[in-house]
Amino acid sequence: MTLTAEPPAPAVEPAPAPAAEAEAKPRDILIICYSGELEKTWATMILATTGAAMGAKVRVFLTFWGLQTFVKDQKRITGDNVMQKMMSAMQRPGISHRKLSKMNFLGMGPWMMNKLAKQYNVSSPKELLEIAQAMGVEFMPCQMTMDMFGLKKEDMIDGLGEPVGAATVIALMQEGNAPLFI
Amino acid sequence: MSTEQIAQVVDAKGLSCPMPIVKTAQAIKGLVSGQLLEVLATDAGSVKDFAAWAKSTGNPMVEQTVEGGVYRFVLRKK
Repeated sequence: MTLTAEPPAPAVEPAPAPAAEAEAKPRDILIICYSGELEKTWATMILATTGAAMGAKVRVFLTFWGLQTFVKDQKRITGDNVMQKMMSAMQRPGISHRKLSKMNFLGMGPWMMNKLAKQYNVSSPKELLEIAQAMGVEFMPCQMTMDMFGLKKEDMIDGLGEPVGAATVIALMQEGNAPLFI
Repeated sequence: MSTEQIAQVVDAKGLSCPMPIVKTAQAIKGLVSGQLLEVLATDAGSVKDFAAWAKSTGNPMVEQTVEGGVYRFVLRKK
């Protein structure tokens, strides 16, 4: 059997080394902020600010309990109907009113955590949030959660992006964002 | 030991993660390419963190010393 000579391979530009490419443009980071507890809010804020400091584009999708964190601190009751209002009364929204998932002890746990943080010069979630916003971290509220809890734009802190849905989040993952679910 | 002039100093002594890195990232924005930034920190994790930051952001670390529990990093703006 004779093989026909294969056409010469087209000259291919040498592909840039993956390492060099990664150095040129780090992966974008997508944090799905789902939980509303103090310690998880802290983790979200530390990673978001550090990601921005490392030169990455950081986006934070705010959904379910995670969205409650981004209601203005001074808001006490949110929502339109009785059940939505009850939900906000049972768990006060706002970044300064987070509870611990364990050892909350009617606020004793968070009080001690905040005391320790001050003692060891650890920035509070609220301080880190302000830094994150100043560094260009993008916060994207979940439209469905906004609707379900009856939250309005004016209930939320300033500087949040337009509300989006799960498709936006998935599309960012498909584009290669490094995803984090907190 | 470099004899070049330091353009700016970030005093992050006493600060915990992630503030030394965050303050460094904010400060280096104000420099022009080639200028040197000096960072002082007491966070023991900062040795590895600053090496990682320099690698990730491409701003090379030109000097690194420790004296009396104070870490000193000199970074060059890329």
